[in-house]
Amino acid sequence: MSKFFNGLMRLRRGAWEMLATILIAIGVFMLMQPFALVLFTWSFPVTLLGTVMFIIVSKFPE
Amino acid sequence: MSESPIDSLARATPPALAGRIRGLSDRSIAWLFVSPTILLLLAINIFPLIWTIRLSFTNFAANKPNAEVKWVGLRNYERILTDPDIWQTMQATAHFLFWSLFFQVVIGFTLAWLINRKFRGNDFVTTLIVLPMMLSPAVVGNFWTFLYQPQIGLFNYAVEFLTGIPASSFSMLGSVALAPWAIVIVDTWMWTPFVMLICLAGLRSIPDYIYEAAEVDRASKWRQFWTMTIPMVLPFLMLAVLFRGIENFKMFDLVVQLTGGGPGDTTLLTSIELKREAFEKWRTGYSSAYAIILFVTVFGLASIYVKALNKVKER
Repeated sequence: MSKFFNGLMRLRRGAWEMLATILIAIGVFMLMQPFALVLFTWSFPVTLLGTVMFIIVSKFPE
Repeated sequence: MSESPIDSLARATPPALAGRIRGLSDRSIAWLFVSPTILLLLAINIFPLIWTIRLSFTNFAANKPNAEVKWVGLRNYERILTDPDIWQTMQATAHFLFWSLFFQVVIGFTLAWLINRKFRGNDFVTTLIVLPMMLSPAVVGNFWTFLYQPQIGLFNYAVEFLTGIPASSFSMLGSVALAPWAIVIVDTWMWTPFVMLICLAGLRSIPDYIYEAAEVDRASKWRQFWTMTIPMVLPFLMLAVLFRGIENFKMFDLVVQLTGGGPGDTTLLTSIELKREAFEKWRTGYSSAYAIILFVTVFGLASIYVKALNKVKER
């Protein structure tokens, strides 16, 4: 876990890609879940944030 | 001595053009060849995408080209993301996507594993299994509509034969509970061969000597399957899931032919709803925002999937 946070602090690709991946996965789950409309409402901003983050951080050093 | 095709091409090139090309670097010549494709890609992919993003912030209606177009900001996105009907559509898509992928992967892999064994008539059986994939979705939708007929449909009679439930007592396409499963069954029937073919390619790429070494080490068949077969086929399987996942997220023709989104809205998938908004209600701005939401979702999923695929291949 500390390796992950170190990676985030030092702007390393692996850790940031992981964060972006988690955001996209949460966003897609929120989009398609049958439990709460409010989650559906916020799904697109979360997915968009994750996707844009993924595109940017894939240029970070390993 | 006869002239080679390259010599004849060089002779046919006008001297002025030949002179100009001779002065170019390798990199410039490469750009010269690639640029028509890039221009075409920009014209038919990137430009429409940017135009759709722009339209998604307006109230533009394609059937009223002369009407004043107002900038509405994020209102289209807000209306879509707070609409319970669109939420329902997403759930129907999720159901279809999850179960069709699940069955296609399980059945496709099992079939590939069985076909990979050498037996008489192997090629004939493979051809038979692959047949549904080659049919048009419109044709498949049409004949499955007949198969699902409660009075004359073969499917209902097969269910009656196997379970004892009277054939005319249920309608696969007319029942709210059964219609979502009806489209999953047809998609699975049609596209399992595709998954099977990709898995078969993966299974045939595993060299025999690996299994021979495992036999020497007295590894059981079960252990060989879980520690050798599955990890080596996994990249192929993931590729199949990626292709089918994206295709099923956009599923339109087959479901329109089978149920048209009904009964009620139980099989109304996102692409069908999008088409209705864009070309029946003519809310172009609204449907552009809807399309962008779907695009970002598929793009995000494909990005993480490709990353996972690369990791599996590196192992």
